[in-house]
Amino acid sequence: MPANRFNGHTDYGIGIGLRVPHYQHILTRKPVVDWFEIISENFMIDGGRPLRILDEILEQYKVVQHGVSMYFGSAQRADREHLRRLKTLVQRTRTPWLSDHLCWGSVDGRYTHDLLPMPYTFEAAKITAQKVREVRDFLEIPIAVENVSSYAEFHVSEMTEWEFLNEVVERADCGILLDVNNIYVSSQNHSFDPFTYVNSIPAERVAQIHIAGHSKYRKYILDTHDHPVIDPVWKLYALAIERVGHTATLLEWDDSIPAFDEVHDEALKANKFLASASLATAV
Amino acid sequence: MNLLAIQRQMARAVMTPLTPSKRMRRVAPDGRSLRAVANKIIKPNDRLTSFERMEIYNRQYWFRVLSGFAEDFPGLRAVLGTRAFDQLAQAYLKDCPSQSFTMRNIGSQLEPWLRKHPKFAGPKQHLALDMARIEWADINAFDGARETPLKPADLAEANPAKLRLRLQPHLTLLDLKYPADDLLLEVRKHSEEASVASNAFSERHKTKRVKAVARMKPSPIFLAVHRMDEEVYFRRLQREEFAILSHLRAGKSLNAAIEAGLRKSATPADARPLLIQKWFQTWSTLGWFCPWAKSSSKS
Repeated sequence: MPANRFNGHTDYGIGIGLRVPHYQHILTRKPVVDWFEIISENFMIDGGRPLRILDEILEQYKVVQHGVSMYFGSAQRADREHLRRLKTLVQRTRTPWLSDHLCWGSVDGRYTHDLLPMPYTFEAAKITAQKVREVRDFLEIPIAVENVSSYAEFHVSEMTEWEFLNEVVERADCGILLDVNNIYVSSQNHSFDPFTYVNSIPAERVAQIHIAGHSKYRKYILDTHDHPVIDPVWKLYALAIERVGHTATLLEWDDSIPAFDEVHDEALKANKFLASASLATAV
Repeated sequence: MNLLAIQRQMARAVMTPLTPSKRMRRVAPDGRSLRAVANKIIKPNDRLTSFERMEIYNRQYWFRVLSGFAEDFPGLRAVLGTRAFDQLAQAYLKDCPSQSFTMRNIGSQLEPWLRKHPKFAGPKQHLALDMARIEWADINAFDGARETPLKPADLAEANPAKLRLRLQPHLTLLDLKYPADDLLLEVRKHSEEASVASNAFSERHKTKRVKAVARMKPSPIFLAVHRMDEEVYFRRLQREEFAILSHLRAGKSLNAAIEAGLRKSATPADARPLLIQKWFQTWSTLGWFCPWAKSSSKS
């Protein structure tokens, strides 16, 4: 399953997020990195230095787009200007697949710029899947939806989070960006078994995996992407890899960003698990 | 309750301003009980009430938009001081929540909003407005579109009575009451120095400098904020330059823009041709002119 129709039949290895503090290091030292993930919205602009840097990166590295404001789960239609700009960027980067979150964040034209949790209802699954299909048809590339970390649950929910994820991806016939850190964070906040979640996802739809660190508070865990990956998250990653095989993996580190090598070294720890998956496939 | 109704209720609660101690209000300014809204849609768990779970999102929203706004307007913050700036930021973001998929546009309504709400800038209203306009122009210059510029030869060959020109989208022309550009550059310089020196010293120096500018009598300047080689520049203009460029942007022909731009000029008539030639040469070299498209009314 490493290369499947949800990741454009690619077989990418271990990537890291492309972040401003690392630009100079990357452009001058040209480190060996399998691929970079960019935040689409940072480059959906008309000109200037960010696009020039992106073009330089594209000359030397593989790039995959990851969005934070498509809001597949918002009840209202996708913003046309957003879609138009996103398509322009997709044509520039030639990303083999595109991911964004299974969440909502805007209503009546007002944006929260947050990844707000979904009520897990059949109505919400239907609306979300319809929007995923519309976006895919407009952009003409495979889409993968990412499970988010959440801090609240709704009274109206009719199913578990993983059942909702499965309902959406089956209806939309799209891929999954499986974020094992988000599963861990939500499992702690909502008291469910994270291994049950990982065991319940349709392995054949996983296009990519995210790993990250988080911050623990007294009564809940916050998904802050500002720490190394903790052992329980690596355990979930190991299970995910065991289930889905050698899959494109990305470390997210978005705050208190350390030196490039430290971030890259943290990401490369995933090699241990990917190697065993490759071995299992060979046997 | 359907999806849209849930999202409307939750978004209203999440976007309700926090208390002065940065907690979620129990009652929104319009009288809604946020506790009741939270109880109605959010499940409690064994550690957090519905209200507390909603509060996580309420606080995250405000921390995110306030920090994004502060990042975009460090000059305005220096002009007003931290406390007044924070009050302005909260009031502005309450009245003008983001209507764009990108945080980049979060300050797009600041200038008109500040004109309508002068109390947030107090006696520094004009300086604050100048600074807000420069900082928004700076954002536009940083990542605005750059079209293929006309070459100086293209201008030389055209009929000036008919020629119309568009200005680069990344170029903003500003008429300011204060030399706020110098102040912004100083604020940035001190922010950079603050990372290696004492913060307290830098803040004191910045406050002193802002107070000195605010005490100054208004001294109007004309400014072009533009991008060249992916760097943003502030270029001071003469009054006539500003007028000619503004008329060109409004869609006047080359001859008409020059005539209108020099109408109130004190420059002797015999000195004007050389001056105009010099200006156009500079503007062309900076790549400010783009071809006029038939559909253009304004660039």
